[in-house]
Amino acid sequence: MLDFAVSMKYMLAGYVVILSILAIYLVSLVVRWRNLKRDMEVLEELQEKPT
Amino acid sequence: MKPQPVTLKILNVLSVLLFLTALGMVFLYAPLEETMNYVQKIFYFHIANAWVGMLGFLAAAVSGVIYLVKHDQKWDIVELAAVEISVVFFLIAILAGSIWARPTWGAYWTWEPRLTTAAILEMVFVAYLLLRQGIDDPDRRARFSAVYTLIGSISVPITFMSIRLFRTIHPVVVGSNSSASQGTFSMTSPMLITMFFSLFTFSVIFVDLFWHRIRLGQLAQHVEQLKLEEHQ
Repeated sequence: MLDFAVSMKYMLAGYVVILSILAIYLVSLVVRWRNLKRDMEVLEELQEKPT
Repeated sequence: MKPQPVTLKILNVLSVLLFLTALGMVFLYAPLEETMNYVQKIFYFHIANAWVGMLGFLAAAVSGVIYLVKHDQKWDIVELAAVEISVVFFLIAILAGSIWARPTWGAYWTWEPRLTTAAILEMVFVAYLLLRQGIDDPDRRARFSAVYTLIGSISVPITFMSIRLFRTIHPVVVGSNSSASQGTFSMTSPMLITMFFSLFTFSVIFVDLFWHRIRLGQLAQHVEQLKLEEHQ
């Protein structure tokens, strides 16, 4: 049988990894969305300006 | 770009609620396993992430086939979304699994059939994401990606079946274990319920993220179009 303290340490490490990767991916989606939205606004503004 | 549809907003809320419930079930409802105790709790999210990862790779292959038939860029966007999310979920499954393996098998990693095929599957699709960036022409990129995904997805059934076909230390959840398996445990009803709830939760989260990633792909395509118009 595994030592409780050791087992607990690895369980916490596992869940920290799971939650961290999910959080990083969510943040990356939000950041990419905002950047693209800003690019789109700039490009639409440029198109509206008379040359 | 259209604002988020109501269904997607509902799915966002549902995903968060299901995720919190699944976490609660893992820590408060599922009993402690007798031999491995706490570390066995990684099992519930490990298997759920591996499940949606493999499901996503297959969804990408189906999108690839549809692209090759219809030559419609929207299927390339769907395919890329499926691959990207699956790479993330499958990475979580691999890393969480190796952390669970350390106290159970005595090593983070061993080159046995399941771990080896899983690593190959992940690397095949990480390479897909990198190689795509090297092709500028959207049609050529989509065609290459569709064919690559089709060939790459052959890795999915190989990875799934590896623990059933070869002598391996990786335990089998559905089916009988090989005599070399280490870290096996008998599932009680609460464990089984928690496992199925986690599988359901991550399937819903996958659909939610998949939808968001497709919308991101559509926005990227629109911006690319605007850039082309600006240069002309």
